[in-house]
Amino acid sequence: MEFFVFGCAALMILIGAVGVITRSHPVHAALSLVLTLFGVAVLFVAQEAHFLAAVQVIVYAGAIVVLFLFVIMLLGVDRVENLRTEPLTAQRPLAIIVSLGLIGILVAAFTTGSGALHERGEGINIPDLTTGTDANTTQLAESIFSDYVVAFEVTSVLLVVAVVGTVLLSRRIKSVAAETSK
Amino acid sequence: MIAALLVPTATWYLVLSAILFGIGTFGVLVRRNPLVMFMCIELMLNAVNLSFVTLARELNDINGQTIVFFVMVVAAAEVVVGLGIIVAIMRNRSSVTADDLIELNG
Repeated sequence: MEFFVFGCAALMILIGAVGVITRSHPVHAALSLVLTLFGVAVLFVAQEAHFLAAVQVIVYAGAIVVLFLFVIMLLGVDRVENLRTEPLTAQRPLAIIVSLGLIGILVAAFTTGSGALHERGEGINIPDLTTGTDANTTQLAESIFSDYVVAFEVTSVLLVVAVVGTVLLSRRIKSVAAETSK
Repeated sequence: MIAALLVPTATWYLVLSAILFGIGTFGVLVRRNPLVMFMCIELMLNAVNLSFVTLARELNDINGQTIVFFVMVVAAAEVVVGLGIIVAIMRNRSSVTADDLIELNG
């Protein structure tokens, strides 16, 4: 059963990822990205990370992809990119070599180092549907609001700075625009 | 025997995340549309998240899932700022490839 879930999710992830890098239309690439993000969410559920799976669907597939599609439509850049021509010579062979080498190094590290994985934490609670409590969410909340509470507060500052910076970046300043038009 | 071999172990998930990371790297190196490059960066971030969750289960440690939560927050902020920069640059021009941004150097 877990093999079946893993196979389907891995197929979704790989088809979506290949779609992102091969589709010439940006909207198609964004929709392929949704497939990959859902596959990752399925694997999160398969590994008992239920809260993160929900956040993955809501934040990534919901907010971020919608933001991508919104910017594509706003800028009107939904033109087909010509992928046949290669502006820089030997760019693609070098990129293939680099990415295959990266995959090779990572896989070699994972296979040789798999013996070093030992249980060392205090355990991950698995949700128990009979009692009705979501133990994984509770445990994650305890971790965030006790050990990582400072980092959590700093992320709120980060989000505020990001929002204010984006508003400043994308706002058209009236005086400068009037001067340049003179 | 075969049933025992077909149970996905942590190595399967880690190899899948490595392949996903490699595909994302290839996309960032090859694609020229800045929006698609951002999507490939999201692929790489998801690969890292997948390996974090896998190792959290394997090591039986909740801190891996906590870090994935923070990675998602930072990824959202990064996408917002990056798309804001792209909108600000692309407002006055019609071309959308990363090669046309060469005038950004001083």
